[in-house]
Amino acid sequence: MSDLLHEIEELEEAASSEYERRRVPPKALKGPSAFWGMYAGEHTAGTEFMIGPLFVKWGADAFSLLVGLFLGNLLAVLTWRYLTAPIACEQRLTLYYKLEKIAGGLLVKIYNLANGLLFCFLAGSMITVSATAVGPFFPPGTIEMPTFQSTMPTGPAWIVSCIVIGVAMTLVALMGYGVVAQVGHYAAPWMFLIFVSCALVTLGRLGTADLWGLLTPPEGTPQEISFLGIVCFAWFCNAAMHIGMADLSVLRFAKKPSAGWASASGMFLGHYVAWICAALLLIYWVRQHGVDPQVGKDPGTMVNDAVGWAGLICVIIAGWTTANPTIYRAGLAFQAMIPGMSRVAATMLAGGLCIAAGIFPAFAMNLLDFVGIYGTILAPVGAIIVVDHFLADKVGIPRDPAERSGSSFNMTVLIAWLVPVAVAMWLYKTQEVFASYLPLPCAVACGVLYIVLSKMAARDAIAVRA
Amino acid sequence: MKMAATSVGLLALAGTIVPPAVFMFQSIAAGQGGSPALPLDTVKAIMLVSTVAWFVAAPFWMKVE
Repeated sequence: MSDLLHEIEELEEAASSEYERRRVPPKALKGPSAFWGMYAGEHTAGTEFMIGPLFVKWGADAFSLLVGLFLGNLLAVLTWRYLTAPIACEQRLTLYYKLEKIAGGLLVKIYNLANGLLFCFLAGSMITVSATAVGPFFPPGTIEMPTFQSTMPTGPAWIVSCIVIGVAMTLVALMGYGVVAQVGHYAAPWMFLIFVSCALVTLGRLGTADLWGLLTPPEGTPQEISFLGIVCFAWFCNAAMHIGMADLSVLRFAKKPSAGWASASGMFLGHYVAWICAALLLIYWVRQHGVDPQVGKDPGTMVNDAVGWAGLICVIIAGWTTANPTIYRAGLAFQAMIPGMSRVAATMLAGGLCIAAGIFPAFAMNLLDFVGIYGTILAPVGAIIVVDHFLADKVGIPRDPAERSGSSFNMTVLIAWLVPVAVAMWLYKTQEVFASYLPLPCAVACGVLYIVLSKMAARDAIAVRA
Repeated sequence: MKMAATSVGLLALAGTIVPPAVFMFQSIAAGQGGSPALPLDTVKAIMLVSTVAWFVAAPFWMKVE
C-alpha cells in the first residue's frame, strides 16, 4: 500500500502538472518494477486485519479460503492484465479524462461525487481499525472495543479515539500527505512481515502447523459464505480498480500491458497471505479463549496479544497510510463537485465524513458487503470504457461521443450506469444477494445497455436528419 | 552510510520474522503443555526493537528518489 501511495502521489503530481488532459508521453513511462512495489504496498492495509477474521465469522471453510482465495485473486490479476492494462497502455489517459470524452464533464463530476462518498466510508473503516489499536495502551475496560455485532459507537472513549485519529489523519491530508506516504513506503516490507509473524506466533500457540485443520470451522458452524462467494469476493473487492478502470490513472504510465501482472504482488501477498494470517488470529481466540466467532475480537487486541507493540504500531500505520490519501482524494472529488470550494474546506469536509463513518463500527464490521457495493456502483463505468475501446467500431456506435458532440452530459451513459446499479441494489436489499456477486453482472448489463441505447440514439439522430 | 543502513535494515527485518518463526517451531516441538525456550514476551521485545531499528534504517536504505 505504502509504495503505491508514494508512486501514485508522484504519478498524480506528474499527471496534474502535465498529463491530466493528454496522453502520457514516452519519456514519462515507467518500467514494471515500479508497479510491483506499488501493488504490493496498496493491498497490505489496515483493513486486511478486518477481512480475514470476517471470513471466520462467516464460517468459510479451509478449501474456500485456501483455494477460493487463490482462484479469486488469480482472476483479479488476469482482469488487470488483460482488461485494464491494455486499455491503459493504448489510451494513456486518466479514467476521468477518458470518461469525460465519453460521458461529458458534468457526468464525470457525478461519478467523482459517488467515488468521493464511497472513499469516505472506506477511510472511515480504516479509522475504525486504527482506533482499535488505541485500546491496549490503556488499562483494560477504559475503551470498550467494538465487535462484529457493533453498529453504534461503544462509548465516549471510543468516540474520542476515533476523533483524535481521524482529526490527525485529516490534518496530515490537509498539509499534503508526503510524509505519511514516505512512512508508508518504508513500512511496506516490515508490515507484511508483521502479518506473517502474527500467523507464526498463532500457529505456535495452537501447537500445530496444520493450516488446513485450523481453517476448517468446527462441525455445525453455519457457512454463510460459499466457495463461489469467496472467489467473487477476492475477484471483485477491487472491482472499481480493474473492471471499473480506476487504475487507468496508474497503468497509463506502464511501458507495456504486461505491467498488469504486477497486481499479483498485491493480490497474493495482501489478499491471500495477509488475509489468512489475520483469519488465524481470530481462530486462536475462538479455540483458546472461547470467543464467539459471530462476536469476534477487535484487531488491536488480537495483534497486541500475538506480537505486542510492534503489531499495534502496524495496525495504526496500516490504517493511517491508507486512510490519508483516501481522505485527500475524497476531498479533491468534493472540490471538483462544488464550485468555489477550497481544497482545505473540501478535505475538511471529507475528513469530517470519514470520522463520522469511523465512529460507527457498522461500516468496518460489514466490510465484506461494503467492498462489494463499492464495486457494484463504480465497476459499470469501466464497462462503458471497455465498450468504447474494444467494441464501439465493431457494433457501429461512435467512440468518445461526448467529445465529438461537445456534450457535457451524456444521458445514455447515465441511464446505462444507473439502471443496472438500481437493479443490483434492489437485489442486494430485498433478495439478500451477496454484494460481491453483483459487480460483474452489473458491469456486463451496463455495457450491453450502453450499446443498445447508443444505437437507438444514433438511429433517432439519423431519422431526425432525414 | 547506505551499507550500514542496509545491514541494520536487513537485521531488523530478520528480527521481525525470525523470533516468531523460532517460537512457532519450538512451541510445536514442545507439544501440548510444553513451553518454548524462547518466551513470547522476548519475541515481542525483539520485534519492537527491530521495528524501531527498521524505521531508523529504512529512510537511508530505501531513500525515495
